[in-house]
Amino acid sequence: MSSLRYRTIKDKIFFYCVCGLSSLTVIPLFAIIWELIRKGYKQINWSFFTETAPSTLDAMLARGTGDIIPGGIANGILGTLLMVAIASVIAIPVGIMVGIHLSEHPKTKFSNATRFITDLIQGSPSIVIGIIAYAWVVKPLGGYSAFAGSVSLAIMMIPLIVRSTEETLKMLPGSLKEAGLALGSSYTNVILRVLLPSAFGGLFTGILLAVSRVMGETAPLMLTALGSTAINWNVMEPTSAVPLLIWEFYNDPNLIDMIWSSSLFLLILVLSLNLIAKHIAKKWKIQ
Amino acid sequence: MRDKIFKKLLVGCCILVLLVCAGMIYSLVSGSLSAFNQYGFFHFIGSSEWDPHPDRETYGALSFIVGTLLTSFLALIFCIPFSLPVALFTGSYFRGKKIATFISSIIDLLAGIPSIVYGLWGFYTFRPIIIDLGLNSQGFGILTSSIILAIMIIPYASSLSGEFISMVPNELKEAAYSLGGTRLDVIRTVTLPNAGSGIFASYILALGRALGETMAVTMLIGNTNNLPRSLVDTGNTMASIIANQFGEADGLKLSSLIAIGLLLFGITAVINLIAKFIMKKFN
Amino acid sequence: MEQEHIQISNPILQLKDVSISYSPGKNAVKNVSADIARNKITAIMGPSGCGKSTLLRAINRMHELYPDIKIMGEILLDGKNILKMNPMEVRRMAGMVFQRPNPFPTMSIFDNVVAGYKLNGISLGKSEKEEIVERCLTNVGLWNEVKDSLFKKGTFLSGGQQQRLCIARALALKPDVLLMDEPTSALDPIATNRIEELLLDLKNEFSIVIVTHNMSQAARISDYSMFMYLGELVEYDTTQTMFTNPKDKRTNEYLSGQFG
Repeated sequence: MSSLRYRTIKDKIFFYCVCGLSSLTVIPLFAIIWELIRKGYKQINWSFFTETAPSTLDAMLARGTGDIIPGGIANGILGTLLMVAIASVIAIPVGIMVGIHLSEHPKTKFSNATRFITDLIQGSPSIVIGIIAYAWVVKPLGGYSAFAGSVSLAIMMIPLIVRSTEETLKMLPGSLKEAGLALGSSYTNVILRVLLPSAFGGLFTGILLAVSRVMGETAPLMLTALGSTAINWNVMEPTSAVPLLIWEFYNDPNLIDMIWSSSLFLLILVLSLNLIAKHIAKKWKIQ
Repeated sequence: MRDKIFKKLLVGCCILVLLVCAGMIYSLVSGSLSAFNQYGFFHFIGSSEWDPHPDRETYGALSFIVGTLLTSFLALIFCIPFSLPVALFTGSYFRGKKIATFISSIIDLLAGIPSIVYGLWGFYTFRPIIIDLGLNSQGFGILTSSIILAIMIIPYASSLSGEFISMVPNELKEAAYSLGGTRLDVIRTVTLPNAGSGIFASYILALGRALGETMAVTMLIGNTNNLPRSLVDTGNTMASIIANQFGEADGLKLSSLIAIGLLLFGITAVINLIAKFIMKKFN
Repeated sequence: MEQEHIQISNPILQLKDVSISYSPGKNAVKNVSADIARNKITAIMGPSGCGKSTLLRAINRMHELYPDIKIMGEILLDGKNILKMNPMEVRRMAGMVFQRPNPFPTMSIFDNVVAGYKLNGISLGKSEKEEIVERCLTNVGLWNEVKDSLFKKGTFLSGGQQQRLCIARALALKPDVLLMDEPTSALDPIATNRIEELLLDLKNEFSIVIVTHNMSQAARISDYSMFMYLGELVEYDTTQTMFTNPKDKRTNEYLSGQFG
């Protein structure tokens, strides 16, 4: 009997430990968000989105008089959007096509090999992908460029999109395809007009998650896009990105104040994409 | 006709992915060749010397391999006491309840935070704590980076292992309860052993994540090129040395950095394959 | 509605006005009162959804794993109200065997038999364990079949052998009553036959309550039978009387195969 009481108490203690440690685990998220808001909100104003990053000298002068550092991160925002857009143009069609092939021929040797390789690429560290894009684009073309950055981001996005496409298509009932074929439409039409539209929610979620994943990447861009102080539309020129700017601000004592607002902006961007994607996924699964 | 072209296109895209991977390996290998030729493969791995001085240039990867393995395994150890409770919370105690969905989606968001933001948070919020504790006068080092790394990999470890825990059949748990076990007894003797290999695989995947993490580690490890002598010592990981020195490198140094990239690629690939293999057997 | 059921002297189990609901206002078991005899086999029959499994599981307090299920009334085991006791203690005293054989797949046959002790945090010596394993496996007629492979996983056994292993696992804790929830529904006729013979053996030592949807099984092995319908205990009598001379129209209809 006493041993039973002892076991019951032990069970309770373990349960409370599990609950306690689980709730501790959510603290970092809120701590990080709180820290960024607390330190960064001051810097976020209209010019934050419209002006380019300030020079060290301007920042130093502003700090001397106790003013808010002038300038913004417009060059970073545009660079990020530009590079993510080009990366998406490369990665989305390829990723979806591969995903279609894998779900259409799930068990062939070729598919297994493709799946294996996709996993391999997905597991590679982002810095290694940076080296690859450097070797493929930066070196042959003789300079850092937004395009090189986009290539590295695209390599990271493809496996994510392949996986989500395959998973989504696998969830569709097989009767859908049969019904399409039975109506006499061609294989291509069934896939493009029946399967892909029915899977749209899942595909879109996968794409959004992939975008939010690469948007915050810094390491591969350091080896490819390098960064730039000016707004730059030429994809063959070095270009900045929000994470690259954060890295620059971090390394420049005069610009420290800017890291919080830029990080806050980046975090809000990435997390809201994430949340939107998950919201769509939830809705889509219910249907 | 159109169908044929379409099918060819699908296969073509798969081949493209295979080529990308082959190209990655080719570029890494060909880029590292001059370093390996200069120092010998095993000597390169086994030497901890990293001296870029033009006259006596020598490069070895040992310090960074050790730094990578130390930070990653330490991060894994630190993450277990948190990710396992979370997995039990979402996969067993509150399986299917709203509170479990809430907790797991919050923790999933941790995975969405960019590495560089973790680095900043570690630098400005966490590093002072290390200094106050007197562990390291600057607050940088293996320990600091592994703690931040641990937070970063918690979502990977907990969400997957939670899924494996929730997959343990109800009938087994009922059988265990019917014999008089408490919830803890059932978790210990039935739930964890049955989900064991899946949980193990999730932790290996999380380890793979930690091995390749770059920015946060670069900002916290202290960036010294010597072999770390203790857990509070500073150092460099394979990823952080590449991030730090790639920009200004050429010649042998560049080749050595690419060689380190190749080694990092190899290590993470092996780790990920082991995890996938275990999971395949588990299912 | 209230009718007098058979009187049992010195019962092992007494159900007193037991009601069980899955959601408020909807009772799956309605005001069941009955005494259950010692060292006999009592069968609970009825069409699916009549609440027979729910009632049986409540005696083991399995319903508590699902917080939506509410129970009212009293269940006395050897005179003690189990609903007021520690559930872990109750479950040790009332062994349970489930519909589908569920040996623990990570444990050997040997460890499966003594799993109850492990789960209860009782550490036994090696010889004690060996004694229990041999006795329980002999009890269920499995000893000669598995004595050379005690340390292999239990999941390699046939379905019938697995179910007998599960019975051995329940017997190892020397329960006061053995609760069986359609234990043969997932087995073939030969395996079913062996389990039925086994139960007739076991009633010398244990009191058995068995839920079954198989009338002929109840007729073959049970001493007393209950018939439940839509959550009510319609009729409870000796099996002989119930099958030859049912008092209630619904029992008669069920036994003559008109529903269920």
